[in-house]
Amino acid sequence: MKPVRQVEGRTAALRLENLDTDQIMPKQFLRGIDKAGLRDGLLYDLRFDAEGRERPDFVLNRPEYAGVSVLLGGNNFGCGSSREHAVWGLQQAGIRAVIAPGFGEIFYSNAMGNGLLLVALPEADVLRLMAEADQVPGNAVTIDVETLTLRSAGGVEARFEMLPRHQRMLLEGLDAIGLSMTYREQIDAFAKAHWEAQPWVKDVARQRLAP
Amino acid sequence: MTATLRQAGPRTLYRKLVDSHTVATLDEQNVLLFCDLHLMNEYTSPQAFTGLHEQGRGVPMPGQNVAVVSHIIPTHPVATRLRVIADPPSALQATNLKANCDRHGIRLFDTTDALQGIEHVVAPEHGMIRPGMVVICGDSHTTTYGALGALGFGIGTTEVEHVLATQTLVYRVAKDMRIQVDGALPAGTTSKDLILAIIGRIGAQGARGYVVEFRGEAIRSLSVEARFTLCNMAVEAGARGALIAPDATAIDYVLARCPDLAGEWREPALAHWATLHSDEGAVFDVEHRFDAADVAPQVTWGTSPDQVAAIDAPIPDPSRMDDGPARASAERALRYARLDGGTALEGTAIQHVFIGSCTNGRIEDLRAAAAVLRGRHVAPGVRAMVVPGSGAVRAMAEAEGLDRVFLDAGLEWRQPGCSMCLAMNDDVLADGVRCASTTNRNFEGRQGRGAITHLMSPAMAAAAAVTGRLTDVRRLAPANTAAAATAPQEIPR
Repeated sequence: MKPVRQVEGRTAALRLENLDTDQIMPKQFLRGIDKAGLRDGLLYDLRFDAEGRERPDFVLNRPEYAGVSVLLGGNNFGCGSSREHAVWGLQQAGIRAVIAPGFGEIFYSNAMGNGLLLVALPEADVLRLMAEADQVPGNAVTIDVETLTLRSAGGVEARFEMLPRHQRMLLEGLDAIGLSMTYREQIDAFAKAHWEAQPWVKDVARQRLAP
Repeated sequence: MTATLRQAGPRTLYRKLVDSHTVATLDEQNVLLFCDLHLMNEYTSPQAFTGLHEQGRGVPMPGQNVAVVSHIIPTHPVATRLRVIADPPSALQATNLKANCDRHGIRLFDTTDALQGIEHVVAPEHGMIRPGMVVICGDSHTTTYGALGALGFGIGTTEVEHVLATQTLVYRVAKDMRIQVDGALPAGTTSKDLILAIIGRIGAQGARGYVVEFRGEAIRSLSVEARFTLCNMAVEAGARGALIAPDATAIDYVLARCPDLAGEWREPALAHWATLHSDEGAVFDVEHRFDAADVAPQVTWGTSPDQVAAIDAPIPDPSRMDDGPARASAERALRYARLDGGTALEGTAIQHVFIGSCTNGRIEDLRAAAAVLRGRHVAPGVRAMVVPGSGAVRAMAEAEGLDRVFLDAGLEWRQPGCSMCLAMNDDVLADGVRCASTTNRNFEGRQGRGAITHLMSPAMAAAAAVTGRLTDVRRLAPANTAAAATAPQEIPR
């Protein structure tokens, strides 16, 4: 994973509460065995009509919002299904950060694991940023992961919180699996003791319904 | 912002489960959590295996991992062994899953396995879910297993790769929420109605950041399958997990499915499970209280599971809501659902009925639907499908003759799978079709682009099938024989 220290980019407002991952990446784009082509599926039903024509009024289809890399979302952005394809699709479409009052839990973990920066801000701040993005299409923001601060061209300044671990993951582009594998001996010792105490959970995946 | 680790003193059941699976404490909020069982499906695991192979990593504990082809499988009513996935990319997902499982010695319920089904229905049937376990899966409805006192939660594909490589997860500890449900559910209502009513009250974000422990008289009197439904949908309130302390009902269910626990392990297992409850005095960050007696049959009217109302209540009128995101969201949802605020939900014409899913695709759900359908017939112009949650559920239903009830009533009796819950296979609704569905998500486009989903219990879906309208199952005439009315009988108000 590439380190993410600062995201500077133009913004667009998606005024949708509870924008679920089914909408961010519809089911018909989940049939691959790799991550390719997800850009095509991003927000598909919002971007295209039933005949597959671009909806000209949708914010991300408007020319003045071309090249947007920061989305401004409603509360509970990314709720619902665990599909990480939603994160991959956003990144493939050039989105590097999402700012919203709150995020779905699994989506949040998925984003952090891929270096997609998520910034949770109070609703009032998000609404101000949305208003700016409407008035000055593509109004730019700068998000600094080191200082956990955000600044917009229109004048919004805010601090945000992030768990130290997530901040480090972004700043260092951490390989979480490699890091956890350094605990290999402790994991093995844990499993041994765990299975001595509860032998009935060892190889539990091999159980089969009695005939 | 987040819970901190290791409280001294009395602990919640949730904290006990976290503590007993903590391999190492990583920092103030995160632990390395050991995972007893990792379930996989065909569509959220492929990229994880690819990542694993690219790094030259293996799967050190294959006996704690199992895979099921759930989501893409067709459910046409043919013999299991004849099932063919027509869509080439989907077929590749299935063969790819098999190759990955073979390579690492992971147990797979493949497409032609007679016991194949939805992962969350299959795992408990085989005795794979036991109290006190940590169970994860690349699927958000993994919260289901809280019904047996196991901590279950959904993960993404990067985390699937992490579990495969280490049998652990980096886990951010959640906060504790308790939902106390007193009283008894009235006749005609189920745990589906209860959880929809709870989500309606606390909202789709109401439990975000929390693991919810359900307790109280109403919970104790639920069957294990009804508890599965309850915990399954806790994620629709944003919960990171749901738990019910295992009682005799849960333990009997588990023992009946775990022949290996009949011998010397039985006593130590029972002794361990007896510790799986929140201690007296354990502190919850948030508590909610509900009276089950207040619950009426629930039906969603919008495009988020919290946009829900009792069947005999009007659809909320956005023009009477405060201006803000909730109102905008309700307006948008009603536009999508082609409904008017302030009008009656009951009586809305439907064209499709879907009975199934990890929420309501178990044998008790099928029995509840059959009880309404026996001696009745699907209304003209309505297409109704029953998709059992697994091959075992299907076989049990057939042994009880439920398949005949469904077929005689004009419903389709299909092969098991996730099917129209998320419409990732070929069970997809057309634009504008309105569906009475026993599933868990009424999101825009979930069951097909432009399709409109109304979530409800199996009995309510069955009632909608026979009348062709959203119907209060409590107002349908009771009992009927095969010779009785084929047309629905309604009790006048």
